[in-house]
Amino acid sequence: MVAVEIDTASNASTKTGILTPDEMAEENAPKLKGTQQFVTFAIGAEEYAVDIMQVREIQAWTEVTILPNQPHYMRGVLNLRGIIVPIFDLRCRFDQGETEATSIHVVVIIAVGDRIIGILVDRVSDILTIDGSEIRAVPDLDDSGESDHIIGLVTAGERMVALLDTGSLFRHEIMETELDDADDPAALQA
Amino acid sequence: MDEYEQFKTTYFAECAELLGDVEVQLSALSTGSEDPEVLHAIFRAVHSIKAGAGAFKYTQLAAFSHEFEALLDRMRDGRIPVTETGVSLLFRASDILSAMVESAESKTELTGNFGSQILDEISIMVNGKSSAPAASKETVNVATEDTSESEAVTVYLIDFAPKAELFKHANEPLLIVRELKTLGELSATPILNQLPPLGKMDGEEAYIAWQFKLTSKARLDEVEEVFEFVTEDCSLEITSEANLDATEMEEDIPVSEIGNPASPANTPPAAKGPVTAAKVTSIRVDLDRIDRLVNMVGELVITQSMLSQQTSDLPAEQFPSMVRGLEELALHTRELQESVMAIRMQPVKSVFSRMPRLVRELSAKLDKKVNLVTIGENTEVDKTVIEEISDPITHMIRNSLDHGLEGTEERLKLGKPEAGNVTISAEHRGGRIVITISDDGRGINRKAVLMRARERGLISETHTPSDDEIDNMIFAPGFSTAEKVTDVSGRGVGMDVVRRNIQALGGRVSIQSNPGKGSRFTMTLPLTLAVMDGMIVQAAGDKYVIPIPNIVESLRPPKSSLKQLPTGQSLVSIRGSYIPLCFLHRIFHLGGAITDPAEALVVLVESEEFGTTGIVVDELIGQQQVVIKSLESNYKSVAGISAATILGNGKVAPILDIEAIYRISQQDLRNSPLPTASDGLSGVLQDSLARTNPQLATPSIG
Repeated sequence: MVAVEIDTASNASTKTGILTPDEMAEENAPKLKGTQQFVTFAIGAEEYAVDIMQVREIQAWTEVTILPNQPHYMRGVLNLRGIIVPIFDLRCRFDQGETEATSIHVVVIIAVGDRIIGILVDRVSDILTIDGSEIRAVPDLDDSGESDHIIGLVTAGERMVALLDTGSLFRHEIMETELDDADDPAALQA
Repeated sequence: MDEYEQFKTTYFAECAELLGDVEVQLSALSTGSEDPEVLHAIFRAVHSIKAGAGAFKYTQLAAFSHEFEALLDRMRDGRIPVTETGVSLLFRASDILSAMVESAESKTELTGNFGSQILDEISIMVNGKSSAPAASKETVNVATEDTSESEAVTVYLIDFAPKAELFKHANEPLLIVRELKTLGELSATPILNQLPPLGKMDGEEAYIAWQFKLTSKARLDEVEEVFEFVTEDCSLEITSEANLDATEMEEDIPVSEIGNPASPANTPPAAKGPVTAAKVTSIRVDLDRIDRLVNMVGELVITQSMLSQQTSDLPAEQFPSMVRGLEELALHTRELQESVMAIRMQPVKSVFSRMPRLVRELSAKLDKKVNLVTIGENTEVDKTVIEEISDPITHMIRNSLDHGLEGTEERLKLGKPEAGNVTISAEHRGGRIVITISDDGRGINRKAVLMRARERGLISETHTPSDDEIDNMIFAPGFSTAEKVTDVSGRGVGMDVVRRNIQALGGRVSIQSNPGKGSRFTMTLPLTLAVMDGMIVQAAGDKYVIPIPNIVESLRPPKSSLKQLPTGQSLVSIRGSYIPLCFLHRIFHLGGAITDPAEALVVLVESEEFGTTGIVVDELIGQQQVVIKSLESNYKSVAGISAATILGNGKVAPILDIEAIYRISQQDLRNSPLPTASDGLSGVLQDSLARTNPQLATPSIG
């Protein structure tokens, strides 16, 4: 039962990658029907969540191998039992500075489509069971474009949790665009 | 869902192999081979395709392969001479066969009269006259109609006693009975004397034998054929009792179970023993399973190198057996890895065998006569490499035929043999595979190339390149000297893409040309894309791997040998030649690395793209076999890095792409000249660079 629902949900989230924010609000919020579970984690006081079916594992931060000339929020790569997994700093991705990672920081390994990535967060909070009707659309206030990466908002007690659209959040990093500026390190530095 | 889906998959996999074989053998035939085994091999392949097609009820395919087989049968016993028209017909028939297999596999419908023209031609050749619309033969039953010239009806007595394990080899007597029934009138008497008491009966064993009486127009070999796949699992005796017209008494020839059947008078003398009689020496394994095995062994190699790293300073005298054990582990791991890699090794034949067809088609299109010679087709490489070499080879052959070889008239005028020669060869050399493609055509028109290169600004007006440099300019992006664009080659996206693809595999390609005599492409590739020998280096505390095949030497240059050009390009003088330096820490923007090459280490690397360059790193850690892991499976591609590996400590280490590193260092120099060049000067320099080398000056090379 759960698996079926999750399937539709992850389909929806990959689909949003190519939709405009308006379409997204229309497409997504109503589509999440029934109850669904999310893993929530925090950066400072902010809470985010991803679909539990996306989460492969959660591990403590370990030193990663830095790849040259990558955006700051790309912390490096990790050996996850033989597969090489890129690790992204979520705080840094939201332009709040780099996380000073220690062994109490947490890497959440998630699957986005057929890619496996890790996101560095401060801590994992809990697992939320949410009914689709509880998900609120994101108010389209700022034009930073960052709200594009949020599928919806959920209230859990006193807290507000933002549901992440991981597919769109790291679209440029994990979807190979044709001949991008990867060959031009100067462009990446800028 | 089709319950036979699984078997069909296997069948189509086999068909692909068989069709490949047919292609190879046909090529041999077209080059005038008179080895009777060639025709037999084609016959067997077509026969196997027919058998499966019958079983899975692909009627059109079965009917066609039957006619095809009939033609082959007559050719192999010499009733139809093997002429050029005949071979050409065989080629076209094999095309139709491929198309039919393909359509059966993709479950697409072909038109009812698909291939009917070929069928007509076959039937003209077989019967000397055009038959009724051959394509209307719909069923296998029709397909087995008698095609032999003897119209006599024979009564065969067949004693068929399956061995107990018949069913285990996926044979089914019922199918045989059905098949026999298609040959003529059949009566069967079961022999039950081998039947054990019910309690001892095993449902998976065959106990019942039969005596069949078949009245048929079929020849003895056609009857034998029905049993072709079970000869090993039964005792079989076929007696042709009497010709009804009793004009000739045939000898009773028992067909023994395993031995070579004695050739009855009316069967082709060279007919081989049943194909299935060959002892099984190979098994079919899913590629996924092998890949999993390769991956696991890769992990094992990493664990092993971790163990040996952790215990490297263990005093041997205190832990003698431990140290010995670890040494053995290293040995065995290496051996295991080599054996596992050997499983995936395949002969390049699978690629080479596609080339005669290509050459045939192209030579017809270009109206040039071409002899293709392949050498070393049994040379083995990893299947990952095989998959990648087909396109470059195809491209280079096209290039040779289109641009290299002259037209027939021109050749005769030049006193060359009418037919051009193209040779593909493969061999192992120094842990790599070397593939060369040579022709005896006109060679490279250096004048035209040079002019074109100047036109395109690929080289400056003042620079006089060597012949070799000119020849290799055909690999430059956007280069094509063909006056007119043909649909064979010459869209100008050719050879640079070839070179780039080969380099992406860690390979190299170059061309040697001898004007008027011909040219030769040489392509070298690693034998596998799964492991390689790497040198681990360190810069700013991070470890990187440089592919050993690229490394020439490493050194710590004396201060006096270091020079700098006004462009900011650092050079090191080694034995009289100046070699450009790339600083890894600058290219990768690493802080805390050793900046003075006289205190750091210079690793000299070599590439066809740029010659020799020195990569400046902090220190060498050591040489090690590394397992290549893709970065791109979970991330985008990273400039300067081709892949990654996992070191003994479990950490990821990037594998350097030295060509890309060289390009980046050249770009960096242009984009941000070092402080040694004043700002005013740098602008001028950049302009001059842009003039002399616009291709390098545009940022995105590729």
